[in-house]
Amino acid sequence: MSENDPAFVRGLTRPRAGRRDFLRLMGAAGAGLALSACGVEGQGGKSKVSRNDVREYWAGKARNGKLNWANWPGYMQDDHATIKAFEKETGIRVTYKEVIQETGPWFGKIQAPLAAGQSIGFDLMVITNGIQLEKCRQLGYLAPLDHGRLKNFAAHAGAGFKNPSYDPGNTFMLPYMSGITGIAYNTNYVKDEITSIAQLFDPKYKGRIGMMGDSQELGNFGMLALGVDPEKSTPADWEKAAAKLREQREAKLIRKYYNQDYVDAVSKGDVWITMAWSGDVYSLTSPDVKFVIPEEGGTLWTDNMCIPKTAENPVDALTLMDWLYLPANNAPLTEYINYITPVPATKAIVAADAAKAKGDEKEELTRLSTSPLVYPSEADMARLKHFRRLTQAEETQYQKIFEPIAKGS
Amino acid sequence: MAAKSGRLAPYLMILPSGLWLLAFFAIPLVLMVSLSLQTGNLVDGFQQTFHWRNYVDGLDTYGDKFVRSLWYGLLATGACIALAYPAAYWIAFHGGRHKSTYLFLLLLPYFVSFVLRTVSWKLVLTDNGPILGPLRDHGIVPDDFHILDTATAVVSGLTYNFLPFMVLPIYVALERVDHRVVEAAYDLYASRLHAFTKVILPLSLPGVFAGVIMTFVPISADYVNAEVLGGPQNTMIGNVIQSEYFGNSAYPVASALSFTLMAILLIGIFVYARTLGTKDVLEAAGR
Repeated sequence: MSENDPAFVRGLTRPRAGRRDFLRLMGAAGAGLALSACGVEGQGGKSKVSRNDVREYWAGKARNGKLNWANWPGYMQDDHATIKAFEKETGIRVTYKEVIQETGPWFGKIQAPLAAGQSIGFDLMVITNGIQLEKCRQLGYLAPLDHGRLKNFAAHAGAGFKNPSYDPGNTFMLPYMSGITGIAYNTNYVKDEITSIAQLFDPKYKGRIGMMGDSQELGNFGMLALGVDPEKSTPADWEKAAAKLREQREAKLIRKYYNQDYVDAVSKGDVWITMAWSGDVYSLTSPDVKFVIPEEGGTLWTDNMCIPKTAENPVDALTLMDWLYLPANNAPLTEYINYITPVPATKAIVAADAAKAKGDEKEELTRLSTSPLVYPSEADMARLKHFRRLTQAEETQYQKIFEPIAKGS
Repeated sequence: MAAKSGRLAPYLMILPSGLWLLAFFAIPLVLMVSLSLQTGNLVDGFQQTFHWRNYVDGLDTYGDKFVRSLWYGLLATGACIALAYPAAYWIAFHGGRHKSTYLFLLLLPYFVSFVLRTVSWKLVLTDNGPILGPLRDHGIVPDDFHILDTATAVVSGLTYNFLPFMVLPIYVALERVDHRVVEAAYDLYASRLHAFTKVILPLSLPGVFAGVIMTFVPISADYVNAEVLGGPQNTMIGNVIQSEYFGNSAYPVASALSFTLMAILLIGIFVYARTLGTKDVLEAAGR
């Protein structure tokens, strides 16, 4: 039956169902209601893991020679060079999919199967520290890592990447890449030097300012604008920050709340000054777009590799995680991704590659190995602020305060 | 025996689709009703508490988004009629033997993915793009004029994306108009305009009616166009539901918002059918 079937159109235009049908439907509905009235059980898992739990999880699990990896776009060379090198060395076949675009919707997608204890079709996924990752931990969706098999991580991970506050002892995850949330601006349109978050609230750029739609990123910048460190913030600070952000929106300063698409908008000039992620701007070929870490401080976030508990090939995933921590394996990836690598020893390799290379490539690699956005100094790192960890009750409150802002309420 | 199976046949024929609807429409709907009255969160679980406040809070916080969605729905549906009627009319009456070719051409763009088409609008409408760039350079539009991230962009996108659902039913209705009836009108000294307003238009109204239902409902619930083409002033209720559900895991609130939207649309359609229903339209035309 199709839309141009006359009978179908007629069916749409004539009243059909009588009152009795309606009552019958209500009867069916009542039965279903009785079934579902018991609610959905809580799924809180253990976020404290003992050595026994780790042993229990990994017992009897062996390498299967294959691996399904879910990652973000732009997080792997176009020719998959790093994956190919891994496959060649280990014999593990990798299926790589760029299926993660935003943390929230990704969590929405994997939540149901993970809650039911089913495979999500991936053995390894990369998630940003924040509300959803915290939920994955709390709900017991992640496999505890066996650090006995993570020798490269122990040897080569940078100090700032071990034992992060959002995952003490790297119990469930290892960093893939870190980045800084700061400000990007298009110098064709913005003639002033941009140095501060306050300039994102400057009426001079009315209708040309971009903010991020993610409630944590957005909330962080609202707090930083008020001089509050997000990591130490209180609900009272959230209210104040929300009021400031709402004022910014009501004054029609905002062009749009962006997810991933701000890069395109700022390079084309639809938006002139916007919240941005360091690596995105670094990779832009447009020389007109500049990235700054504002004087109030930018935020440091980390995308983490973790293994869903229901993974079919967890040993293979663990092998890859550790393999990536060998500087020689990590350097080519860093040369492509341009975010902050958790393996600082790659700096010497990139510099050596730069010395060998010629022309444009030499310039590019030199810029990379000396870039404070890729290898930030201790002083830079000290200026960066961190996301606040939220308990379940705090998260509900936080989301209630910040979530409606980007939605225009 | 034969008579008995004859009586059963219609029921047997409706059985597969009936079961399908029961399993994938009716039962989920009931579960959603239940969910919309629960409280809690993902970690501690959701409990059935008959928390009607989910509805009140939803309307309270996002009431303006409902109004906006319905408003955009009306605008886009109106634009769809304005665009679709002449096209369908031309194809039905002047398409000759190439009618199906023209219909196919009209539908051709819709073979490309919905999201891809919407995103490509972004490339065309960008501030310094192929349309606005030259217009601004020649001083035809002011410097700060832009289309992307405005209501114009969202409503245009909605109109474009749902146009075929208006064209097809109108075309079907016009196609079924008996040419002898039109000729009879001319024989009775009706002018072309009169023949159209007194004969063709009333006969085609059931098609318009069906088209309105098939466009207005999905347009009001759409979120892709507002997401891709809209700015902070253009959020529709679909975007709120999407982010409450997927971004925030606030399942009860999202369900309550969905049901509120459904109720509004159902009531709207009911009133529309009552006041402008086919029968009445025909009766009115007959007078």
